[in-house]
Amino acid sequence: MNTTKPQSIKTNPFLPEPARIVRTYDLTDDVRFFQVRIADMEKALSFRNRPGQFVMISVLGAGEAPFSISSTPSRPGLLEFCIRKTGIVTDALFRIKENDLIGLRGPYGNGFPVDNMVDKDILIVMGGLGAAPLRSVLLYCLDNRDQFGRIILLHGAKRPAEMIFRDEFLSMKERDDLECYLSVDEDDSGQWTDNIGVVTTLFPKLESIDPANTYALVCGPPIMYKFVLKELVNLHIPKDQILMTLERRMKCGVGKCGHCAIDYIYTCLDGPVFTYWDVLHMRELI
Amino acid sequence: MRIVKLHKSNLMSFLEEISQESELWAPVKKYEDKHIFKNIEDFDQIDLDYTRTILPPKKLLFPPSFRMYEATPKKFHADFSHISKKTLFGVHPCDIHGLLIMEQFFKQSYEDPYFSEARKNLTIIGHSCWPDEHCLCRSTQTHIVEEGYDLFFTDLDKNYLVWIGSSHGDDLIQLKPDIFDEDVTEKDIQQFMRWREERDKAFQSEIQFEAMPDLMELKLGDSVWEELGEACLACGSCTSVCPTCNCYNVRDNPVLGKEASDITRCWDACTLENYSAVAGGENFREKKSDRLKLWYTHKLQAFISKYGKPACVGCGRCVATCPVDINIKTVAQSLQGEKVDAFWRRLNQEVTQ
Ligand SMILES: Cc1cc2nc3c(=O)[nH]c(=O)nc-3n(C[C@H](O)[C@H](O)[C@H](O)COP(=O)(O)OP(=O)(O)OC[C@H]3O[C@@H](n4cnc5c(N)ncnc54)[C@H](O)[C@@H]3O)c2cc1C
Ligand code: SF4
Ligand code: SF4
Ligand code: FES
Repeated sequence: MNTTKPQSIKTNPFLPEPARIVRTYDLTDDVRFFQVRIADMEKALSFRNRPGQFVMISVLGAGEAPFSISSTPSRPGLLEFCIRKTGIVTDALFRIKENDLIGLRGPYGNGFPVDNMVDKDILIVMGGLGAAPLRSVLLYCLDNRDQFGRIILLHGAKRPAEMIFRDEFLSMKERDDLECYLSVDEDDSGQWTDNIGVVTTLFPKLESIDPANTYALVCGPPIMYKFVLKELVNLHIPKDQILMTLERRMKCGVGKCGHCAIDYIYTCLDGPVFTYWDVLHMRELI
Repeated sequence: MRIVKLHKSNLMSFLEEISQESELWAPVKKYEDKHIFKNIEDFDQIDLDYTRTILPPKKLLFPPSFRMYEATPKKFHADFSHISKKTLFGVHPCDIHGLLIMEQFFKQSYEDPYFSEARKNLTIIGHSCWPDEHCLCRSTQTHIVEEGYDLFFTDLDKNYLVWIGSSHGDDLIQLKPDIFDEDVTEKDIQQFMRWREERDKAFQSEIQFEAMPDLMELKLGDSVWEELGEACLACGSCTSVCPTCNCYNVRDNPVLGKEASDITRCWDACTLENYSAVAGGENFREKKSDRLKLWYTHKLQAFISKYGKPACVGCGRCVATCPVDINIKTVAQSLQGEKVDAFWRRLNQEVTQ
């Protein structure tokens, strides 16, 4: 009785779009690269995101989870992700084959303030899966190379085989418009010709930087933040120009389910990118 | 705003008229002194002599569990079939304020179509109330209500004074215009003023909410949180019964015999253990004391800084519900440095003796 039929719901932020897995391959033992295209061609081409934003990806029968967009909006049409196998949704994603459909909605979150970063030097420090959101901003800056000052990349991994996007970053070392430093904690392959040591051992190699004119972007495992932030503060980079992305449990991505809340901050709306200044002023942030 | 008068003997015929057009939901006695909002089949069930229902009326707009959409390999079908035209009769001012807070929350930034659609289909008819020892709504300024209802009934012995709060409310009056008396007399007004004054005096509990954001900040490291954490059973009841708690979880429930899933939204509680667990086994709030801090920071600090009022409408449900007396009253009292008589305090004293 009296069942209503909503006539006028134009947007339902909870309803995913079908999207096709175009290509996948392994980046490391437990991290896989996914190239995805939204099935509706018009929607695929009109999808716009800022580097550092994320989407919610769902797999039938498994559920939904947030993932950073690894590709750059300067190359529209396809979306790229690197995903670590760790639980129900990610296991299901690893079972999925090329040409299969998944659900996708977004983009969500604030992303990196790329407009404020124009004309500034960009120092990117990544470790482990931190490469996922930071690759997006790196490619974005390289695609718009004349908008930025120096671009410096520091990337650390435990072992060569665990370096995400290893070949892509190794080939970037050839570029003379990018200062690219790679490091592994230990070399078990015997073939590593670059730096050996934790990522902070790369800092002394940097040519002197102009701190007031620099934006530092950091993403990696919690232990990395601890040491890298110290280095950045020592370099006198202003705390509100040190940007980091944070991870929280997220069930909706649109500020409703409450799971990502810290005080009155919703990580999914107000983040996932925060400045070090924000972090110092919010309990519980890291 | 217009105020009219209704003789009590005409109430049932008015409700009957309304229930022609929509489901009627009203308070019903469940057992002893416990009431619930229920879909009314028999008008005799309605019991307006109640203080608070077990669950707040948020369950009508944000059901404990409902299907948001059906997922199939190729398509996602939104599902609004749980929404129907409803009239909520007999709801108290604090609960109307609770619904207003929910509405503001679900409509801001990304508007939630499930909430909005349900709200569009809900008629709200408020009813006056009398406080018991748990009611805190005078401290939260939610003991009176000026918006958020279509009609509001104030009980004055033989008559109701009826506030018309929306144009839809006026349409309802027009369903049976003969039974509503436009002539509110000086005598009625006097009677109403007396009722107001006496009700104001009947409140027994008081909290200074203005001081809470600072007190929360200053006392975040206080040992009282460990004490509360020791006693909390992590049962999540406080969250279910609170009219302003909106957290939920999403489940993918595979449909038997079909390549499809029901994507279901169900209530969640930040006081439950796994609420903030993330990949890699990291849990940002493994300790019960940390989760209680989150709950009370939200109610007493964060919401006040953002919206200028607490995320508490003073309904007293947490006071009446928590098995170990952890509630807005005892927590606020203890932050204020008052002596608190509560199970969690007694438990702690007994353990440390
Ligand atoms: C903004 C954002 C961006 C992200 N970007 C990426 C990305 O680019 N790539 C990537 O790989 N990941 C990313 N993540 C992390 C990713 O969302 C999680 O890995 C994913 O949600 C895991 O889902 P799952 O269903 O596979 O794992 P789950 O089945 O949820 O389990 C994952 C792990 O979490 C723990 N866990 C989960 N639920 C519970 C519970 N109820 N109780 C206790 N422990 C529990 C378990 O220890 C388990 O090992 C991102 C997260 C956020 C918030
Ligand atoms: S505070 Fe009380 S009602 Fe809430 S979870 Fe703890 S024991 Fe349960
Ligand atoms: S905190 Fe307690 S008194 Fe306040 S609205 Fe929630 S349940 Fe009611
Ligand atoms: S993920 Fe649901 S509120 Fe942020």
